[in-house]
Amino acid sequence: MGLFSKLGEGFAATQRVLTEGIETLFRGRPTLHPETLNQLETLLLSADLGPEAVERLISQLKETITRGKSVDIYSLKKVIKSHIITLLDRGKTTRGTIEPPEVTLFMGINGSGKTTTIGKLAEQQHQKGKKTILAAADTFRAAAAEQLVLWGERTHSHVVRGHEGADPASIAFDAACAARARLADCLFIDTAGRLQTKQNLMEELKKITRVVGKAIPGAPHEKILILDATGGLNAISQARHFHESVGVTGLILTKLDSTARGGSIIPIVEALSVPVLYVGVGEAAADLLPFDPNAFADALLDAQTDPPRIT
Amino acid sequence: MFEVLTKKLESVFKTLTGRGVLSEAHLTEALKGIRIALLEADVHFSVVKSFIEAVRAKAIGKEVSESLSPGQQVIKIVQAELSVMMGAESKGITLAQIPPTVVLLVGLQGSGKTTTAGKLARLYKIKGKRVMLVAADLKRPAAVAQLQTLGRAIDVPVMTNDTVGVDAGDAVAVVKQAAAQAIREDRDLVIVDTAGRVHVDDALMEELSRMKSAVSPHEILLVADAMTGQTAVSVATVFHQRMGLTGIVLTKTEGDARGGAVLSMRAVTGAPIKFIGTGEKPDAIEPFYPDRMASRILGMGDILSLIELAEQNYSKEQQKKTVQSVRSGQLTLEDFSLQIKQMKKMGGIEKILAMIPGAPKMLPAMDSASVEREIKRTEAIISSMTPHERRNPAVLNGKRRQRIAKGSGTSVQDINRLIKQFDDAKKMMKRFSGFGRTPLFS
Ligand SMILES: Nc1nc2c(ncn2[C@@H]2O[C@H](COP(=O)(O)OP(=O)(O)OP(=O)(O)O)[C@@H](O)[C@H]2O)c(=O)[nH]1
Ligand SMILES: [Mg+2]
Repeated sequence: MGLFSKLGEGFAATQRVLTEGIETLFRGRPTLHPETLNQLETLLLSADLGPEAVERLISQLKETITRGKSVDIYSLKKVIKSHIITLLDRGKTTRGTIEPPEVTLFMGINGSGKTTTIGKLAEQQHQKGKKTILAAADTFRAAAAEQLVLWGERTHSHVVRGHEGADPASIAFDAACAARARLADCLFIDTAGRLQTKQNLMEELKKITRVVGKAIPGAPHEKILILDATGGLNAISQARHFHESVGVTGLILTKLDSTARGGSIIPIVEALSVPVLYVGVGEAAADLLPFDPNAFADALLDAQTDPPRIT
Repeated sequence: MFEVLTKKLESVFKTLTGRGVLSEAHLTEALKGIRIALLEADVHFSVVKSFIEAVRAKAIGKEVSESLSPGQQVIKIVQAELSVMMGAESKGITLAQIPPTVVLLVGLQGSGKTTTAGKLARLYKIKGKRVMLVAADLKRPAAVAQLQTLGRAIDVPVMTNDTVGVDAGDAVAVVKQAAAQAIREDRDLVIVDTAGRVHVDDALMEELSRMKSAVSPHEILLVADAMTGQTAVSVATVFHQRMGLTGIVLTKTEGDARGGAVLSMRAVTGAPIKFIGTGEKPDAIEPFYPDRMASRILGMGDILSLIELAEQNYSKEQQKKTVQSVRSGQLTLEDFSLQIKQMKKMGGIEKILAMIPGAPKMLPAMDSASVEREIKRTEAIISSMTPHERRNPAVLNGKRRQRIAKGSGTSVQDINRLIKQFDDAKKMMKRFSGFGRTPLFS
């Protein structure tokens, strides 16, 4: 139902534009047609794109319009979409082959979806016939290791764990040694959730990366930041801090199965120039999809715009 | 990226020096800044819109009071209006006439329900209540184990599908049996941790409805984290429609997220905000104060909390004494060490910094752990001094410094640095003491 009503809205708007005469409305007088842009602004804001990015986009559009192009809402959307895709493509990187075991570190704030994402990726590796080892380096949260162990059982991956309160770096080190000894294809390191403003916890993360590098030169090869799509603009602060501390090589956006659109990753990709690798769309092992900038931009522009009822 | 609102408004109002009444032109500019600030704080765009209109209506034509600039006047109105929207100060869980009070914690995945369940259990146990925890998240791997571990740590019994003897897939039955057991055991409070779920998952929302009909909970609290974005509105709306929320808990507030989503959630549900989570440990939960949240969302820091903390831990005499030493330029190392003790009582540097406007952003590289270390070192040094030395640092010659270094397990360089810092502070104090007639917090 939502999809059709949205299409309907867009259609109605276009018709109005048409009947009133696109040319006279737009040419040199962009402010005369604020509805389209307002509507668009609302759409983009509702996707957590943030006022800064939205303002930039809208003013760019205004400029385009000022240059005398006739723009209806569809081509408007097309312009925005290609803009977003260009920004997202910026993060694309190519890299050489890595000698196994390939080591990936997962990090993010509390509850962002690190452990579940590791489980999903382990499942993918298992499907491909690869041997994966999981490191339970979250020794802080209650039953964090148990959670990873259950994922290990589901995905036939060996889990290296320590006792609660153990040094996470030493567990990561042991796991790296185990991965090498057992000729594993990859090692996924799960870490405790941490708010990016906690400097001592960021130091802990640095230590993990250093120590892992001692066990396997060049490791961790990937340092992935897990971002929760239901989060808003704080994701930008998260990305900045994690990047400054350990250097982020890729992003995974979780919980896209909610109504959230995760627009805040756009400024993040732009600022950090790192790619979005996957999106999480549910809690099951199969609910992890490769990131598709095209589909992402589409979803963003179809964001829910119904105003909420204020009581 | 996130400009502090006050700074933004400062520049807006730099050109507006006129007194009198707030004009349309003043307001339009000021409200633009406020709109951006609210959006950056993740307040929902439609809530922002209606809020801005409300402020405009209130502010237009209003007289600018003598002591304020037009910018400050607008902020005052905004803050007052925001506080009103935030609702009243929280009274915590409303306990039922006839115990046990049953509390259901609901929300999206990863919002902090399990941790909050543990915190609430601890809080009410301390208040002398007989509390029971119920693990009704049978979905996320090891969620039950997580609650059991928390329960053990705070010595509160945890009901699971095993202990109540029902099927591992039937969360509703677990809650029902646990509630019955709570009556038998004469419990005061039953706190139920439910599985995280997205509000668009009909089957899971239906499970919550059934849980509600099974035990008629007295409180249904939506747990959401301070990072929540624009989706907060649809989340809160749906949970409220289906469950009838009685309150909101905002978690993970100790970071730098402004938490504007809580305003949206409150706006669409009308439910009061009851608690805020301030850390990962079981004691990190606080009551909700509307004016503090308003300042935070506006990016003006948690000055009120800071003042209160300072007041709580800083007796009037101590204040007077310090102010006197500062005024007379006679600050001694004794005062210095007293200040450090006060700061510790207030919860350490990290907590204090988090409440200072802009500080978390201005000092991103500030390493609170190393600051704490530095403070410890300073304390050790000062306590290795004789009272005479503390009051007259000038007497600290090389020999004395060596002795103190030995006694405090530090180096002479450490001592030199401390003395230099102290001298700098003293110089600065002297400069301020000239216009130190009005105390900072009065
Ligand atoms: N709907 C949905 N839920 C998800 C997704 N990814 C993770 N989750 C859920 O989010 C919750 C938190 O996920 P975890 O994997 O435990 O998150 P974490 O980052 O390891 O959490 P901590 O270790 O506690 O910091 C769990 O209930 C997961 O099932 C997703 O893509 N969609
Ligand atoms: Mg985890």
